[in-house]
Amino acid sequence: METIEKLTSKDFASDQEVRWCPGCGDYSILKQVQTVLPDLGRPKEEFVFISGIGCSSRFPYYMDTFGMHSIHGRATAIATGLKATRPELSVWIITGDGDSMSIGGNHFIHMLRRNPDVNVLLFNNQIYGLTKGQYSPTSEQGKVTKSSPIGSVDYPFNPIALALGADATFVARTLDRDPKHQQAVIKRGYEHKGTSMVEIYQNCNVFNDGAFEVYTEKGTKKENILLMENGKPLIFGANDDKGIMLDGFKPIIVNLADVSANDLWIHDETDLVKATILSRFYDDPTHPDHKPRPFGVFYVNSNKNTFDELFNNQMDAAMAKGLGDLDKLIAGNETWVVN
Amino acid sequence: MSSSVDKELESVVIRFAGDSGDGMQLTGTQFTNAAALFGNDLATFPDFPAEIRAPIGTLAGVSGFQIHFGSTKINTPGDMSDVLVVMNVAALKANLKGLVKGGVIIANSDGFDSKNMRLANVPEDQNPLTDGSLAEYDLKVIDVTKITRAALADSGLGTKEIDRCKNMFVLGLIYWMYHRSMDSSIEFIKSKFKKNEAVMTANLKVLQAGWSYGETTEMFANRYTVAPAKMNPGVYRSIMGNQAAALGLVSASVKSGLPLFYGTYPITPASDILHELSRHKNFNIKTFQAEDEIAAICSSIGASFGGNLAITGSSGPGIALKGEAIGLATMLELPLVIVNVQRAGPSTGLPTKTEQADLMQAYFGRNGECPVVILAAQSPVDCFNMAYEACRIALEHMIPVFFLSDGYIANGSEPWLFPQTKDLQDIKVEFAPERGNNDDKFMPYLRDEKLSRPWALPGTKGLEHRIGGLEKQNVTGNISYDPNNHEQMVLLRQEKLDRVADYIPLQTMDNGPETGDLLILGWGGTYGALKTATAILRGEGLNVSHAHLRYINPFPKNLGEILKGFKTVVVPELNNGQLVKIIRDKYFIDAIPYNKIQGLPFMSTEVVNKIKEILA
Repeated sequence: METIEKLTSKDFASDQEVRWCPGCGDYSILKQVQTVLPDLGRPKEEFVFISGIGCSSRFPYYMDTFGMHSIHGRATAIATGLKATRPELSVWIITGDGDSMSIGGNHFIHMLRRNPDVNVLLFNNQIYGLTKGQYSPTSEQGKVTKSSPIGSVDYPFNPIALALGADATFVARTLDRDPKHQQAVIKRGYEHKGTSMVEIYQNCNVFNDGAFEVYTEKGTKKENILLMENGKPLIFGANDDKGIMLDGFKPIIVNLADVSANDLWIHDETDLVKATILSRFYDDPTHPDHKPRPFGVFYVNSNKNTFDELFNNQMDAAMAKGLGDLDKLIAGNETWVVN
Repeated sequence: MSSSVDKELESVVIRFAGDSGDGMQLTGTQFTNAAALFGNDLATFPDFPAEIRAPIGTLAGVSGFQIHFGSTKINTPGDMSDVLVVMNVAALKANLKGLVKGGVIIANSDGFDSKNMRLANVPEDQNPLTDGSLAEYDLKVIDVTKITRAALADSGLGTKEIDRCKNMFVLGLIYWMYHRSMDSSIEFIKSKFKKNEAVMTANLKVLQAGWSYGETTEMFANRYTVAPAKMNPGVYRSIMGNQAAALGLVSASVKSGLPLFYGTYPITPASDILHELSRHKNFNIKTFQAEDEIAAICSSIGASFGGNLAITGSSGPGIALKGEAIGLATMLELPLVIVNVQRAGPSTGLPTKTEQADLMQAYFGRNGECPVVILAAQSPVDCFNMAYEACRIALEHMIPVFFLSDGYIANGSEPWLFPQTKDLQDIKVEFAPERGNNDDKFMPYLRDEKLSRPWALPGTKGLEHRIGGLEKQNVTGNISYDPNNHEQMVLLRQEKLDRVADYIPLQTMDNGPETGDLLILGWGGTYGALKTATAILRGEGLNVSHAHLRYINPFPKNLGEILKGFKTVVVPELNNGQLVKIIRDKYFIDAIPYNKIQGLPFMSTEVVNKIKEILA
């Protein structure tokens, strides 16, 4: 086997100056991706990063791989065409909440149902940053922004629930402020055969600062984060003192002083019904009865063929007997001769 | 036995008309095949409603198919028909004005009963078959329904299935009238219904019944012969425009050695290109039916980035949705072919009717300065040539190319002296080669003599680079907001398009000398009508020439010279004046627009009259 020269994260950094605002969560994501890629054991020319429009979509310019900064909402469609025709490439989609949930919503759900083997990193900052601060399709209702001075009336999309509803085969959530978790989730997404949808909570410190701080700050995060690990009980709380149980289909929060960890809900990534219930842990964290927000892998389905596989299986079968005879094709079935 | 007398004709126009469910398109295409195999030159014009099954018996539901075949060169489906076959009163009402005075009407009397009269809004006491209003035509009334039912009384089929065979009676009768062999249709029926023998037998029986009806009744005083046309020697086939376009694309794929990727979304009248391509996966043809028009073009851009011959196809409304992505392809400077089978607009417009009103859309329909190469096919067969050319130019110049067709030529058919693939122009494609660690940094926007940039495929070592919709620095491809660089890049993209003119043929005259009193300057699907009109005008001694544009952006380099040679230039178009504006702007000549915007092709007689009026 050909040995591939071990690359470093520096090998994946382009010579372009990174131009996000100082303090932006995007820096962390760039760093984690550049950290993960060398471990994947692939030559760097096999990586392609395709983005749409938005702050996050500048990402490909900073990666020394193949890249395309395309148009708003369409990276998913471009990536589908590339992956269909070049299935051997490692194709990544960089998108934001406006790009994928709003203007590109249609392509997003259709890509998930087709399941090409691509990796989506959805930078969710719950705001339009590049256009300087309007509410986005993931902004909470009532959000006051430049375009909603007395509060937005729109209900937000729940990207995880949306992805599960569109039959996504890998659905996960991580956050910019936890590098290790991010790296682990991104790596798992890469390893999944099929579309991996990784939502990354990303702080926009200019237009939506602190949107996720209950999940990142020391004082609050343990009470508000539910770290899902496959085969392990769902435990959270400041002192790992709380757990989730299922009462029928109804999740309830229990105190570990009263219940043994063995009786808790054991996370099973392959269970779509349970993943769907977890995806609905989406309450306002200020609500008194709110459930913790889950992070990690919600759902994995390894049994669904990928789009690129199915697409190319048909091609291979058709091409098995070699390229068709073009002269025959042009002549068609019925010809006549004029002398 | 019939005592009919044979008459020889130079050419005939037959129009089959009936309800959308009467199978008139099938009848028409079957007769077309037989005429083609016999050696006639021909042109056809299917004319059908947008609804698949409009209300039965109504004017809105009338579907027509016109064929013009002859022993001479046939350029159009004919201005007026000589024979009109009508399955009901609505079909008669809708088509009578297009029948020559004294022409033959073959009417299915069952379609003129009180119910059909009511549906077609014809008063009960004005049945045209009996009220004498058709006195100046040669009217043949046949109860096709009754005869068909009688012929199939023992078939075991239900009335609905039996009635569906009516069109075969008409086909058999017309075959008899024009001394045509039924063999091709017999073969067709046998193959189409091979899984349903009862239906196969029924159709064959009714086809034969139609023939026998002509043979045995005294109704027809004449049968007609139309000798084979004197055409250039060689092997021919019959082809429709969309089919020809698809074959042109496949050929370009094979000749360039690249797999073809066709990203599209179903839309009338372009979908048949998808249908045709999707059957030819064994030519390395990949088709992708996307979730919408935008995904269709974007997936194609992805495939082009990956090194495929990438094509997207649609009609006007879909092209409108693709505008932003066409701009992206222009910035990326990747090869892309955009097929627009035009239909009458704006908006949904008249989906099944033809128009040439998307030329300005192709020219200017994007934000910013965004020039795109534009080619237009002039006939069903020419769809092959120009689709091929569109691919050649896109690939060799790394540039998006519009291929314009229209509903009229897309669905029309004609005989094709088809080429051998070895005679097709070569298409040269080179990918940027891999680079080592000691090579200079790869420059994705370094240009060659055509000003095109290298095609650098993902997966090629050492070519890692980023492209995108933001303005980029020439040579390096890095993002650049430098004012002078932006101006330079806009001008470079224009110059790159202008240089395509060095790689396309010069404009030729279709008929008449390169100087004279009047030039008819056409483009696209109006070719046949303008050709016939020019021949008539010149036959009458008028100093009129005809040139037909197939390369519209850039124009052939000698076009300005040609235009200068005429006192008057007339630009007939099926729109409200589009090419004429570009010609006036670019060449400063007082070109005269001549427009028709009815969703219908030009009639040559209309053009003749208009030109005479201008010359008077």
